[in-house]
Amino acid sequence: MNLKSLNIPNIDFVNRRHLAMMFSAVLLIASIVSLSVQGLKLGIDFTGGTLIELGYQQTADLEEIRGKLNEENYKGTNVQYFGSDTEVLIQLEPQQVSSAKLSSSIIHMLGENIDVRRVEFVGPKVGEELTNDGGLAMLYALIGILIYVAFRFEYRFALGSIAALVHDVIIVLGVFSALQIEFDLTVLAAILAVIGYSLNDTIVVFDRIRENFLSTRKVEPKPIINDALNQTLSRTIMTSLTTLLVLLALFYLGGEVIHSFAGALLIGVVIGTYSSIYVASSMILALGISKADMLPSEKESKEIDARP
Amino acid sequence: MNHYSGWKNALIAFFLLLSALYALPNIYGSDLAIQISSAGDASIGEQDLATVENTLSTNTVDYKSIGLSDNRILIRFESSQSQEQLSTQALLKATLSRNYVVALNLAPSVPQWLSDLGGRAMSLGLDLRGGVHFLLEVDMEAVVAMSIDRYYNELRSLLREDRLYKGIRNEGTSLLVTFKSEESKQQGKSLIRGELLDMQIVEGSESELQLSLEITPAAIKASKSTALKQNITTLRNRVNELGVAEPIIQQQGSERIVVQLPGVQDTARAKEILGAVATIEFRLVDEKNDLQLALNTSKVPVGSKLYYFKSGRPLLLKSSVIATGENITGASSGIDQNNAPMVNIQLDGPGGRSMLETTKEFINHRMAVVYIENKVETVLEDGEMVKLRTKTQDIINAATIQGTFSNRFQVTGMESARAARNLALLLRAGSLSAPIEIIEERTIGPSLGADNIAKGFLSVLVGFALVLVFMAWRYRVFGLVANVALTLNLVTIVAVLSLIQATLTLPGIAGIVLTVGMAVDANVLIFERIKEELKSTNNIQKAISAGYEKALLTIADANITTLIASIVLFSFGTGAIKGFAVTLSIGIITSMFTAIVVSRALINLIYGGKKVEELAI
Repeated sequence: MNLKSLNIPNIDFVNRRHLAMMFSAVLLIASIVSLSVQGLKLGIDFTGGTLIELGYQQTADLEEIRGKLNEENYKGTNVQYFGSDTEVLIQLEPQQVSSAKLSSSIIHMLGENIDVRRVEFVGPKVGEELTNDGGLAMLYALIGILIYVAFRFEYRFALGSIAALVHDVIIVLGVFSALQIEFDLTVLAAILAVIGYSLNDTIVVFDRIRENFLSTRKVEPKPIINDALNQTLSRTIMTSLTTLLVLLALFYLGGEVIHSFAGALLIGVVIGTYSSIYVASSMILALGISKADMLPSEKESKEIDARP
Repeated sequence: MNHYSGWKNALIAFFLLLSALYALPNIYGSDLAIQISSAGDASIGEQDLATVENTLSTNTVDYKSIGLSDNRILIRFESSQSQEQLSTQALLKATLSRNYVVALNLAPSVPQWLSDLGGRAMSLGLDLRGGVHFLLEVDMEAVVAMSIDRYYNELRSLLREDRLYKGIRNEGTSLLVTFKSEESKQQGKSLIRGELLDMQIVEGSESELQLSLEITPAAIKASKSTALKQNITTLRNRVNELGVAEPIIQQQGSERIVVQLPGVQDTARAKEILGAVATIEFRLVDEKNDLQLALNTSKVPVGSKLYYFKSGRPLLLKSSVIATGENITGASSGIDQNNAPMVNIQLDGPGGRSMLETTKEFINHRMAVVYIENKVETVLEDGEMVKLRTKTQDIINAATIQGTFSNRFQVTGMESARAARNLALLLRAGSLSAPIEIIEERTIGPSLGADNIAKGFLSVLVGFALVLVFMAWRYRVFGLVANVALTLNLVTIVAVLSLIQATLTLPGIAGIVLTVGMAVDANVLIFERIKEELKSTNNIQKAISAGYEKALLTIADANITTLIASIVLFSFGTGAIKGFAVTLSIGIITSMFTAIVVSRALINLIYGGKKVEELAI
């Protein structure tokens, strides 16, 4: 066995953290600007409305469909090809009278011999609830994680991991906003999965930082953190690569319905990997982590030593 | 070192075999089938089976097999026999009584010995098999309004005996009573306290001669939950009438009902039938009072009500009702001697008696059938969501009573055969006790369902293969071990999903794919750790052991945090999110077993206790 080939890289992550912070700041600001200026393109899961996916025998005539819809004076309609030119996606905003019957009458109007592939109708009230529930789910997930990490490690680690998560979520949302990709329930699920993934990565690094604090005599946090990042680097990259491989399979082969879900995860995994290397550890460094914080029983042992 | 005891290996092998066994049902396909179940609570027995078999053989129907299990009869067909499946359904629907539900189904063709062991294939969600999902909301304001109406009548009869009140006004959610005197008010109050337990005096509403009454919160809650339960029962009856295999009708929250109908194609009819709040009433025509006078003076005589035909023609009917939809026990559509569509009606005891008395007393009078429909829709008004309630009451027909009759008779004057069929179905299934509105619909056509399965399956396969190749290339022997563990993980996930019969959806498949990507993480962590250990020691056995041990806590921490996130997803998410969270959670747990325990057992078998010169890692 050739031991020399197993050299652990020695990249100075910690001293380049200011550069990374600049990079993150630029991404965050751009995301926040995009989110506040043009917002997210919310799908009908959140806005309410009707969605109809139709399969035609031949190439569908979008103009004809639009014309028929206009005759009925539906407002906020959007007609487009979906996947191929024999498949059509029709979306409508909530109408004056929102009812599940709308889709039936549109399908009836467009004629016979059309394969109805998908119909979704979300009442306005349901859309509002899904938005609230989605936001709540995210918040509770973050709180649950915060508590667990604070309990297993230390509060600075908890804050560091949450900072990394918030960072990741804002940037993924920013990309969805900037590119105006439709944001629906599955994308929300993807973002929650990104939280899980990015956290997984961060915890592995933190675990190593803690271990190093406890196993070496060094007290200076910077080299310890840097060592931990280098030691876990190949694992971080390997796991990201395998996850990206399966996500690419989902993105290209999973079909239209799963497309934006896989897209959100792809962005999320890349950002999550970056953030667990740079953001989370910079955060705990900034919060002033030290060897003493890693020794919970230190106080007790001092007391014992002080006994006569 | 690096040796698992025999029983430990045996235990691992046992678990894996068990997983393989319960994952097995999924490799069998499914047969086209017709499912016959009971529409009510009655059980299906050998006798029913014999009846069906008899029908099939007299009509020389060609089928694969027939069997009775789980209180239902399944008739299986070959995959090429979709025509036979449809025609047989029509045949059985026509010959069997209404106590049976005859539905098209796909029956998994799991061998008997396997299903005896409890082996079942995963249950596929609507997005994979096609079907409709409805979320219905019961109009609870209407429920309260109906209760207030009821208490209004009760209160009136309670206070009428002693002529205590001057007037009672229905104010929507409360009743304003005006008494004749202070004395009658006191008397009335004690009567109300003693008899009308479900009502209470609105705080601070009492003045000299007036007081307001409202329904107690407990009674409101009770009437809401009764309304919901009654609606669920009615919906179940209606779904049975539609003939759907394995429908799901469930309460969700305090005012909503989920209805899932796998495989239903005609969603327009399903919507029409599920949402309709239609019933009929039988009333006598008021022959004494002058209709024209009532119209001109717009004063309707006491004891009468003004109704209209659909054509707009008015007619005065008596306020007292002979029988309502609630008295109807049976209804079927048909054609009368003039070839016009009609509905055969059958009444229960009290309804029949009332009908008999009325027809005896009022022979040669006219009796009218009133069709009542309550609708509720959400309307956007000045940017606000408002519930719009409409109640239509049309006279279907008014015919002279030719002779006495009681519980069996016919209603004619139907608009079309389809209208007659729908009305008969609605009367049979019972009316909804409160209006409902469809607030969410998700329909997946069969072609998209099939596409979703194919694409989901393909992406799992390709993603899986890519990871296998990558791991083998990077970690050599250890990579192969990880690959075996990963494959077993996939088998275990499928086994758990089949055993607990969790519904597999497209996001669920995405969850599995993601687990595949993340499951290797545990192995990557271990292998990288072993590599590190190898640098500080020349004892290879020690390095393997230390690698596993040191990585363990990290893996546990990382997986538990992800598990927290996915459990939160499960509890707050709906539909798509839930499906994803289920497979992700299961995947995380099973991957801990396969990636840590199983891979260790394999590594032990390969390297454990041997003198190893070099690790292929």
